Amino acid sequence: MEIPNVADKWSGTVNEITLGATKDKGGTRTKTITIGGAKSIPFMDFEGNPGQKPVVAMDVYDVPPEDWPETLTKPFADVLNDPAQWAKKCVEQYGADLICLKLEGIHPDKGNKTAEETVKTVKSILAAVGVPLIIWGCEHDEKDNEVMPKISQAARGECCLMGVVTQDNYKTLTATCLADGHALITLAPVDINIAKQVNILVSEMDFPLNRIVMFQSTGALGYGLEYTYSIQERERLAALTGDKMMSMPVICDVGHEAWRTKESKSDDMEVPQWGARDERGPMWEAITAVGLLQSGVDIIRMSHPKAVATVKKCIERLY
Amino acid sequence: MALTGLDIYKLLPKTNCKKCGRPTCLAFAMQLAQKKANLSDCPDVSEEAKKVLGAAAAPPIKLVTVGAGARQVQVGEENVLFRHEEKFYHPTGVAVTIPDDLSEDAFNDRLKKVNSLKLTRVGTEIEIDLIAVMNKSNNAEKFAEAAKKVSAGSHLNMILSSASVDNMKAALQNCAEKRPLLHGASASNCEAMAALAQEKKCPMTVTAQTLEELADLAERAKKAGVEEIVLDVGGNNPKEVLQKLTKIRRLALKKNFRTLGFPMITFVCDEDPFQEIALASTYLLKYAGIVAVNACEPWAIMPLLTARTNIFTDPQKPIQVEPRLYAVGDVKDDSPILFTTNFSLTYYTVEGEVESSRVPAYILAVDTGGTSVLTAYSGDKLNDKVVAKAMTDAQVDTKVKHKKMIIPGLVAVMSGKLQETLGWEILVGPREASGLPSYLKTVWKA
Repeated sequence: MEIPNVADKWSGTVNEITLGATKDKGGTRTKTITIGGAKSIPFMDFEGNPGQKPVVAMDVYDVPPEDWPETLTKPFADVLNDPAQWAKKCVEQYGADLICLKLEGIHPDKGNKTAEETVKTVKSILAAVGVPLIIWGCEHDEKDNEVMPKISQAARGECCLMGVVTQDNYKTLTATCLADGHALITLAPVDINIAKQVNILVSEMDFPLNRIVMFQSTGALGYGLEYTYSIQERERLAALTGDKMMSMPVICDVGHEAWRTKESKSDDMEVPQWGARDERGPMWEAITAVGLLQSGVDIIRMSHPKAVATVKKCIERLY
Repeated sequence: MALTGLDIYKLLPKTNCKKCGRPTCLAFAMQLAQKKANLSDCPDVSEEAKKVLGAAAAPPIKLVTVGAGARQVQVGEENVLFRHEEKFYHPTGVAVTIPDDLSEDAFNDRLKKVNSLKLTRVGTEIEIDLIAVMNKSNNAEKFAEAAKKVSAGSHLNMILSSASVDNMKAALQNCAEKRPLLHGASASNCEAMAALAQEKKCPMTVTAQTLEELADLAERAKKAGVEEIVLDVGGNNPKEVLQKLTKIRRLALKKNFRTLGFPMITFVCDEDPFQEIALASTYLLKYAGIVAVNACEPWAIMPLLTARTNIFTDPQKPIQVEPRLYAVGDVKDDSPILFTTNFSLTYYTVEGEVESSRVPAYILAVDTGGTSVLTAYSGDKLNDKVVAKAMTDAQVDTKVKHKKMIIPGLVAVMSGKLQETLGWEILVGPREASGLPSYLKTVWKA
């Protein structure tokens, strides 16, 4: 029996961005990562170019995380105090495509580290690994505005992905990323209209649209995943139908969110009916990521090596 | 594809006789298009019109029922490709396999394990729906014996999987009344399997590697009299499976392609449970009506069931937690108490932050009809009286000996009125839940 053609024709494309700069482009990276470029619904390459493969960025913290369960600290036990070695381990042993440095320790309540200390950390990571860097502030506006410009300058020319800016706080970071040649993450928590608004605000400062990545905040599996899923699905459809202010690649923060849940954190003693923690936690993280992949995401921030391996293999098999 | 009012009008007698109770045939047609009227209201409608309109009214993806009684699973009858367009209606049936070639002990152990896959998370019990008996042995007696044991020893609905019609017949002797889904029809045995399904009044699957073959098979099963068909796209290339699932859903919804207007099933078998559940979750999100897996550990099944809960949530309806007082950690009568709304996303965000603060605290989830703090406040669903009532209902004064209430920073403007109505000291908390840990550790402690 003949089957009608169901390939949708799309007029728009998700912007393509290359993160990281090699020597000939003014940086010191040995590897660059290109994301975006999709002209089809995720993984549906029968209707058009599916774009670049989604990539996994592994999280590294500038201070040892306080509230990580043992399952998560175990693989990093020897490096939690040394962000550069931590990053190296993620790249060399666990196959991270990028490193996301989360600047938890600069937060006034969580260590209040100075810009100088933090610049040192960034430089040590740049020296330790060749992959591109994502640098994520502490989401305390005043402190971020104080520290992030100094980091931006110190990493000038490396084409890092820096974040995050919101509709209430975007000018400082946007200006410095523009000057230093970095890409930028725009945040609007679970709101598609504000998402567009931030992109417009940033672009009005002459920041190029093709250097923006969108972040809608991430709901973990069982904790609002469906909100993130539907917002991202709507954004991807908007991009494919040609909305230029919605055509940015998307990043998700899966590791941090998945590992805050009871399902991944609880001890076996607390929840014997849920099964072994060392499997349960990584599985929760992996399925959060795998679920969101279907809605259209280009960079996934993750933590546990086993979850990372699962998601990377799954991407290979679906792509 | 739905017919418009004008399409329907063309098929009506156009006499404006008013016998249907509407002033004109056009008005009747418009109501039919909106599904506010029944065609049977028109006494003069032609047979042709009945046929065309009847077919157009049938759902594009047929509803298939597996099992019998209160626990039966219904899949299919979906209307949209993306949940934000409306919602997904019939949650994917989750099945776990049990092979018939296990030793008696191993079989019983596995059956027991599968039966116990009931998990409680965030106050709700979630459970798998089906158990798939696999005729690995290729032996009729063994298969019949396994089916009998499962039928007698499990509350779950059944799938019987065998390529042999004879073996299937043998197994059905012991469990036909459970209306199992018969999995095993392919090009070589389609009519015989269909005859069996027809005789025993069971739903059946058809399996083929290409959509063309699948459409032919579905047509053959239908001709043989089977109405409840489930499509198995077969194959073990995940990319192809995912694309076929999408194509079939689009064919049914966008092209009104009736031949493939049925729910779909995928058997995911991977030695690595992480890969297996990753793929099963993927297929579940993108249109499988039933997914069957080998994994039967709770840590593997729970995320799969949770993905289902998430994706089948009605996007138009805010989800709520029960409005009551929640204790987080080892609370005492001097523990802090804070309120938020009963919108579940809001509540769980607050709960997560309170938990990570390691400061034991009470959270009062105030009934705002499941809306967020600001939405509830602007809609007057969150005011001093609502909070006062919630406090009385939860008997807050018997739980803590202090009289200090922490309120969301977003509604700081409420503090004056609250203080007046409650007679409690009002402490304005952070605007974002993420500020709670440091708030509880510093401001509250001080």
